[in-house]
Amino acid sequence: MKTDKIKLNKNFRENILTYGIVILAYIVIQIMIGTGNISSLMQGLLVPLCTYVILAVSLNLTVGILGELSLGHAGFMCVGAFAGAFFSKCMKDVITVGLLRFILAILIGGICAALIGFLIGMPVLRLKGDYLAIVTLAFGEIIKNVVNVLYIGKDSKGIHFSMKDSLSLGLEEEGEVIINGAQGITGTPKDSTFTIGIILILLTLFIVLNLINSRDGRAIMSIRDNLIAAESIGINVTKYKLMAFSVSAALAGVAGVLYSHNLNSLMATPKNFGYNMSIMILVFVVLGGIGNIRGSMIAAVVLTLLPELLRGLNNYRMLIYAIVLIIMMLFNWSPKLIELRKRFSPKRLLKKTREVQ
Amino acid sequence: MAVLLEIKNLGISFGGLRAVDDFELSVKKGQLYGLIGPNGAGKTTVFNLLTGVYKPSEGIITLDGVNITGLKTIEINKAGIARTFQNIRLFKDLTVLDNVKAGLHNHYKYSTIEGILRLPKYFKTEAAMNERAMELLKVFELDGEASYLAANLPYGKQRKLEIARALATGPKILLLDEPAAGMNPNETIELMNTIRFVRDNFDMTILLIEHDMKLVSGICEELTVLNFGRILAQGKTGDVLSDPQVITAYLGE
Repeated sequence: MKTDKIKLNKNFRENILTYGIVILAYIVIQIMIGTGNISSLMQGLLVPLCTYVILAVSLNLTVGILGELSLGHAGFMCVGAFAGAFFSKCMKDVITVGLLRFILAILIGGICAALIGFLIGMPVLRLKGDYLAIVTLAFGEIIKNVVNVLYIGKDSKGIHFSMKDSLSLGLEEEGEVIINGAQGITGTPKDSTFTIGIILILLTLFIVLNLINSRDGRAIMSIRDNLIAAESIGINVTKYKLMAFSVSAALAGVAGVLYSHNLNSLMATPKNFGYNMSIMILVFVVLGGIGNIRGSMIAAVVLTLLPELLRGLNNYRMLIYAIVLIIMMLFNWSPKLIELRKRFSPKRLLKKTREVQ
Repeated sequence: MAVLLEIKNLGISFGGLRAVDDFELSVKKGQLYGLIGPNGAGKTTVFNLLTGVYKPSEGIITLDGVNITGLKTIEINKAGIARTFQNIRLFKDLTVLDNVKAGLHNHYKYSTIEGILRLPKYFKTEAAMNERAMELLKVFELDGEASYLAANLPYGKQRKLEIARALATGPKILLLDEPAAGMNPNETIELMNTIRFVRDNFDMTILLIEHDMKLVSGICEELTVLNFGRILAQGKTGDVLSDPQVITAYLGE
């Protein structure tokens, strides 16, 4: 029985380390803000940074733990962002306590994204490999385009809906257009803060890490490792695939809510919810290590900060960004470097010095 | 002895190919039954039909008096059939312990919420699962490697782990698809002992496919010989192996 205790402890320690890194980063940045050692540009980047970390962790659940390639993660983020922002704007006058409204918005964003994830997942998860990637890619684009022609308004009679233009909503004079097609949602209350972002990261980690190290997580990973064998031992493949996919979508939705409440005007452009965004999240996951939650978190931070830090280099910025990508990829995946890394890992060096003594 | 697994008139066609035709089999409780035949005779297809990987074109399969024909793989597993695979199918990136715990999936339950929030039931159930899994691993002398990744086990132990995982699902009958494939003579003898041990200690009924005649004649009580998807001979091991038709099918004229 000794071995499983060691194993449980090891998992526990790894998780504590992951949470610890997040909390430490929070404290360091708070101190830097307090002492005025951080540029306003960087401060503006803090909430998006939290968003990307959550997205990276949630996509890692699909790609690393479930083992399915999804290229439409930005689509779920888009659903969450618009659902949450819509709710907040509608309830701006009803619920005046900012925090309560924001918590509800997060719940609604998460649930909407999960629901869409579930509906998409049902047919799509029957596909394998490249096909799943293609369908999710298409889904992401469809969501973005649908949101771009969506008009929703509110007046005393209730909520009006159209896919044509804002005039055809037929609003009363004092009515208000909430989602205005390609112009999106303007005037969302700015409820997102860095602190809330960090809390949401911790919450995401809590959900994902605990899910992985439980009975359901084991079932999900067994499907990843061998679908036929998983079925043969009585694991309900469809159920667990859908579960992982929906949880992943819900968390992306939460990230979307965080993202939308940091902006004055929320629009569904190719830049924020398009194909590029989905690929960027996937890059975080691949570089950080598929299935490695902590790694994807760190990759998200590094790759978001890097272009900003390199701003001074002007034209060479993207060149250096690309080189860093390549180096990170080699560092994480080349067998020779993995061996080297193990040899010089701090843990081993510590052990060695202890042995010498 | 009561009949546990009864197959009648089982058949399947892939396009124009008649892979299995008019297959009949009855395995009694506690029996060690062998299914042999030349390559491509349809042995693994029979296993796939039994476990719901393929749906039979015709025929009836009953397990312990319950008709399980055409059920899904997971339902068939719940009904009491567990199997191993010809080409080992372990969960390679999970630990040895987690492989067995995955097999215990349907016997130890707690909800997703209990798992995520780490409620007391999570710890209680996981502890019970660990205990049961370690018991099973001990039977196969794998308890020392419990924390290894399954992919890092040597070949012979991977085969054993697959049997342990199948047993963890609490089956009534165990189907072993070429358990001795790729083993050296010593490992095969060890495997024979393990199979006998499993039968005796778990009150298990075992149906196995094998090419290794030493293993087959050593442990199987009854045999069915398949050739080109049809039954060539059926009966007591000694009788079947001395049947001239069987010798011809295996060795040629």
